[in-house]
Amino acid sequence: MGQGALPLALALFVVMGASPVAAEEIGDAARGAKLFQRQCAACHQVGPEAVNRVGPTLTGIFGRRAGANKDFNYSKSMLRMGSDGLTWTLKSLDTYIENPRSLVSGTRMSFRGMDDPVARSDLLAFLRDYSDQPRDIPEAEPTALKTLPDLAPEILSIKGDPEYGEYLSSECSTCHQRDGSDQGIPTITNWPAEDFVAAMHAYKAKLRPHPVMQMMAGRLSNEEIAALAAYFESLD
Amino acid sequence: MILKRRSFIGTGLAAASLLAAPIVWGQAKLRVVVIGGGAGGATAARYLAKDGGGALDVTLVEANPIYTTCFFSNLYLGGLRDFESLQHGYDKIGAGVTVIHDMATGVDRAARTVTLAGGQVLPYDRLVLSPGIDFKDDSVPGWSLDAVEVMPHAYKAGPQTQLLKAMVDSMPQGGTFAMVAPPNPYRCPPGPYERVSMVAHALKQTNPTAKILVLDPKDKYSKQALFEEGWAKYYNGMVTWVGPEFGGGEVEVRPDSMEVVIEGEAQKVDVCNVIPGQIAGRIAAIAGVTDDTGWAPVHPDSMKSKADENVYVLGDSSAQGDMPKSGFSANSQAKVAAMTIRGELTGSKVFPAKYSNTCWSLIAPEDGVKVGASYEPTPEKIASVESFISGTGEDAALRKATYEESLGWYAGITADAFG
Ligand SMILES: Cc1cc2nc3c(=O)[nH]c(=O)nc-3n(C[C@H](O)[C@H](O)[C@H](O)COP(=O)(O)OP(=O)(O)OC[C@H]3O[C@@H](n4cnc5c(N)ncnc54)[C@H](O)[C@@H]3O)c2cc1C
Repeated sequence: MGQGALPLALALFVVMGASPVAAEEIGDAARGAKLFQRQCAACHQVGPEAVNRVGPTLTGIFGRRAGANKDFNYSKSMLRMGSDGLTWTLKSLDTYIENPRSLVSGTRMSFRGMDDPVARSDLLAFLRDYSDQPRDIPEAEPTALKTLPDLAPEILSIKGDPEYGEYLSSECSTCHQRDGSDQGIPTITNWPAEDFVAAMHAYKAKLRPHPVMQMMAGRLSNEEIAALAAYFESLD
Repeated sequence: MILKRRSFIGTGLAAASLLAAPIVWGQAKLRVVVIGGGAGGATAARYLAKDGGGALDVTLVEANPIYTTCFFSNLYLGGLRDFESLQHGYDKIGAGVTVIHDMATGVDRAARTVTLAGGQVLPYDRLVLSPGIDFKDDSVPGWSLDAVEVMPHAYKAGPQTQLLKAMVDSMPQGGTFAMVAPPNPYRCPPGPYERVSMVAHALKQTNPTAKILVLDPKDKYSKQALFEEGWAKYYNGMVTWVGPEFGGGEVEVRPDSMEVVIEGEAQKVDVCNVIPGQIAGRIAAIAGVTDDTGWAPVHPDSMKSKADENVYVLGDSSAQGDMPKSGFSANSQAKVAAMTIRGELTGSKVFPAKYSNTCWSLIAPEDGVKVGASYEPTPEKIASVESFISGTGEDAALRKATYEESLGWYAGITADAFG
């Protein structure tokens, strides 16, 4: 590489940095504002004056660690995901809004989830306007915006074989105690099958951050996840 | 009878399960003897009894009435846990397991019997060996089992661990703690280095000018970057690691004068923790299932001994491939073996083997790290499929969560193995 290359690259950098680049289009923020008003505002505030209510303020949510608002009283589950490394990005927020418990099993947010991907994008476009650097979002190339593709109805409807689930579960019980003790490692006994399946697929897709669980879930087939879900739900 | 049954199992699950019931009812229960009530053996016995649905007669032979876990014994050395918290009895292991506290001294594989020190002879249909480790003679020149009271190994938890702690606690100010680290393969790859961290933590409180000297025959070791980072952060200047390049591999010890000799040069030390080279628990060699390496080769899909189809070897004693010798691995292998044995003896369904391991280590209070992998059997060995390791520079919240997770794991695995 010649000596002249460096100044040229620097010059380019300066020019790009100086010119205002519009944030990438991700959705209709105006429509998102209405959605927020209808579905979120009872518990959440957003904007310069926003304060914590039933839910934490959503101003500057992008880039924040899960459970990181010091003044808010989060669920144990949310704090655990935060220390595991869950950070709110376009991708993780999209997943969370689609089905909160797929990311944070014991979340206190009582929200069914928003199925429509367009509505979620609109809502996120609205929330993004209250972030520090809207044009840095999405954080990665747009193709990385991926929710839970595996959760097609045919996957959710797989009937698990509890006998197989029982064998597979022996791998879980090295860490997750069957009697439901919840010390350092969450309990999975009596977990509703639907939540179990959503959570395992979120680990499998590496949307949940925990490396042990990503590895464990990563090698489970759809049938095996269903078998485990059926087994754990049936435990008394 | 057994031979006939096995040929049926080969023909398909349906035939096997149809056949299983009358045989179980028609004769005395099929007998499984498990030798060694540690991480592997206790788990195997419990799962055999639980899943066997009363069809199996499960006997666990364990030399000691109380099992002291090696896992977390370093935390005891660091003053972060009391000794009793490492101890587990066999009273909750479950009604389906008969526990005999005695030493197994003989195995007659032709007659399918186990002989105990007390003279009892136990017949078996399947034998499970999970006897942990024993030490190689002459692994460290100058050291032998006669020296354990002076230079403890503390690598089988119990009185040895208490002795080592007492020695650390009464070290003179500014004294030297030496560790002779083991050559590969040995139980718990990060164990010696977690021990260094915990001894350093204890000394930092009461004896901050003390030194730790690690003499190592290996040129690299498990979680090295993480330990080195932690030692610099918390115990700066206290730990000196001497690898083979600088004589760490050719160390002689002199228990009489409390000296270690490195490349011919003698140095006086105050505590000397010798962790010698290791082999399978003695009974595995007595049973004739070990090879020249001193470990017992097993089939990767079942943990069945390559020397005898009625014998299974679990945990540290087995030579299986990529899994480290850990409590987690032993527990994982026990479940595969229990399922396979149950399938062979009762005709229950046999599923494909899956193995996994995670080893947590504590570098300083609330600063935990982990390494782990998942494994699958290939024709040659148990092979690693996917792995992960904590990163250097992780934040305190994640390290604390990792430590708390290790507490959860300890509670989980001990409940899984001992009830
Ligand atoms: C310092 C240290 C830290 C460790 N930390 C961890 C950790 O954090 N995580 C982890 O997963 N692993 C850890 N390990 C490793 C773990 O302790 C072993 O890998 C595990 O105990 C192996 O299980 P096992 O069943 O093969 O043998 P063991 O657990 O040693 O059990 C063997 C049992 O067999 C009995 N026995 C042997 N021979 C006979 C006989 N002839 N008759 C009757 N009874 C017999 C013994 O009394 C013993 O109770 C650590 C080890 C050490 C030394």
